Amino acid sequence: MPTFTPPPLPSDDKRWKIVNGTMRKSGFARYALIETLHTVQSSFGYLDDEAIRFVARSLRVPLSQAYGVVTFYHYFSLKPPGKHTITVCAGTACYIKGADKLVAAAEKRLGVKQGQTTKDGQISLMTARCVGACSRAPVVLCDGNVAGEATAEQVLEQLERWAVE
Amino acid sequence: MTIEELEQIAESVRLENAKFDFEVNVCMDLACASQGADKLREALVQAAAASGKSILVRKTGCMGPCSAGPLVKVDEDDTLYSHVKAENAEAIVSSLGGTPVPELQCELNEHFDKQVRVVLENAGHIDPEKIDDYISRDGYKALMIALIEMTPNGVIHRITESGLRGRGGGGYPTGLKWSTVAKAGGDLKYVVCNGDEGDPGAFMDRSVMEGDPHRVIEGMAIAAYAVGASKGFIYVRAEYPVAVARLTTALREARRRGLLGNNIGGTTFNFDVEIRLGAGAFVCGEETALIASIEGRRGTPKPRPPYPAVSGLWGKPTLINNVETYANIAPIVRNGGKWFADMGSERSKGTKVFALTGKIANTGLVEVPMGIKLREIIEVIGGGVPGGHTFKAVQTGGPSGGCIPADMLDIGVSYDALLKVGSIMGSGGMIVMDDTSCMVNVAKFFIEFCMTESCGKCIPCRAGTAQMHTLLTRICEGVGTMEDLELLEDLCSTVKETSLCGLGQTAPNPVLSTLKYFREEYMEHIQHKRCPAGVCKIEAPVEVLA
Repeated sequence: MPTFTPPPLPSDDKRWKIVNGTMRKSGFARYALIETLHTVQSSFGYLDDEAIRFVARSLRVPLSQAYGVVTFYHYFSLKPPGKHTITVCAGTACYIKGADKLVAAAEKRLGVKQGQTTKDGQISLMTARCVGACSRAPVVLCDGNVAGEATAEQVLEQLERWAVE
Repeated sequence: MTIEELEQIAESVRLENAKFDFEVNVCMDLACASQGADKLREALVQAAAASGKSILVRKTGCMGPCSAGPLVKVDEDDTLYSHVKAENAEAIVSSLGGTPVPELQCELNEHFDKQVRVVLENAGHIDPEKIDDYISRDGYKALMIALIEMTPNGVIHRITESGLRGRGGGGYPTGLKWSTVAKAGGDLKYVVCNGDEGDPGAFMDRSVMEGDPHRVIEGMAIAAYAVGASKGFIYVRAEYPVAVARLTTALREARRRGLLGNNIGGTTFNFDVEIRLGAGAFVCGEETALIASIEGRRGTPKPRPPYPAVSGLWGKPTLINNVETYANIAPIVRNGGKWFADMGSERSKGTKVFALTGKIANTGLVEVPMGIKLREIIEVIGGGVPGGHTFKAVQTGGPSGGCIPADMLDIGVSYDALLKVGSIMGSGGMIVMDDTSCMVNVAKFFIEFCMTESCGKCIPCRAGTAQMHTLLTRICEGVGTMEDLELLEDLCSTVKETSLCGLGQTAPNPVLSTLKYFREEYMEHIQHKRCPAGVCKIEAPVEVLA
């Protein structure tokens, strides 16, 4: 049986080596698809066409299947994130404690809907299914840092600080 | 590694700790961390160094009452301090050996008195990143007892005798599940830990994985020995990066200590565990969908049978249990099945960890014996509804569960009792709602969640939840009619009865339970175009002049 030669790295960007490392660890097995996509997203911030094609070819997964996996899972993003990301938790406890008001305040201030990034690429507004900090609801993540018992004023203040950077 | 060697390690940890005059534990779980626990810990370390006293400052997992955080506990006299700030560090350190600082002392005696800690027994006592801390509290002893003194069947018998039922929500008898996998043929089998914890409003599994990761690994190893598996997977949500990091450290440490790998405990038993990351799909909590996701595919469920116990991961017999289920295994093996069965109610044994959140004074993690009245959890342990508001409902079981009204709070918490009132045990989220919550809106919230999370494979779930959402939106907007309500009820039963997997089959539960107990709120929206709680934005009806 001819041995499989994985495709060359798309460029000499060092991050591709990290991606390749994840695939090599599993011997380029197909089940490593989700793991590898995680590595791509944590290295590049999102998944673009080039990355999905490269991973699909390396793991010998049909492109349609790779794309199917990317779009099935909420965690994967096809768009580059803004310089900063504000994530409002949309779990049950946060909903009960008025998370919708935080989303509305941020949407109004930024002029974008949840899931979008401001035109200048500065701030992304996201919602999360539940980050597991329910006891401190409503919860907001500012670039990944958890802030509990958040108020609309605090959200606006944070957005203001990012805007003047 | 033998039992004697484990005891030697435990002894050396005790000797090491005895070198310190005081042990001060700082809760570093998400809730406390988000309130500055990290700075507090640094301040304590500095204050300790400056004081000249010999003090061990330890970072631990969740201590329970998150609303009182950041929390600090002094081991010597069990003093618990609440709402501690970095500037309090000196006062705490200088009080050691004398009288505790009165103004910082946690006043939640009743909150703790009603609790029984089995799953959470190590939380707040050990550094989750130190395997020896775990070993010093009888960690991995159960695994050694199982491997050296018990047969695989003996282990299964003990689990069966304990009456333990799956803590992920379904409540399937754990011993029965194990024996099915054990009896399945083939020499390659898998054990999987479901750490997907998709229910919004539940975080017990996160706290266990972060605060006591070895407990989960030990449970999995015992399960693997019992069913004849040599390979395990922990499937963790990507939204829990700390849990992933802690488990990764724990696995590495367990391998280093020879508690994972080949010839564990000098026996012929081989076992190792890999972590697999979820990627944000609620349906992956369903076991066949979870298997598809571990295999690197879209997480769509398959019809059962065949059950994973017979044909699971890569077609091999696979045991899937939830984090909390595995966390119960070691104490059962150590203390016996009867010890566990003596706790709880007739058909629901042991304890259950709940994540108490929403409109309640004491939010956080609680562990209670099964059978305890809901009222005790809410009013005594939880401290009731704050801010002069009145209790309206408690939601259990996440999007698959239901809302339980005030006049049903005297039921005992068990799988069967919760099912009887139209909810489920679920994984353990308990969200309290007061008079400011609109129950129609709550139902809409859950259906929206299920609609978004439906994998789309079967029509009743994919189309049914979308239609239910449209109807609920109409009612919330004040344009719903009685026909809409009738159609909604009809859809509930169709989706419930004809969906492929648990997600669809249980998606109507929040609607059904609110219709059952809070029908008048639906009627207010439909007939009087009014939201009693003032949540739904209903435009005032146009006055028609006579």
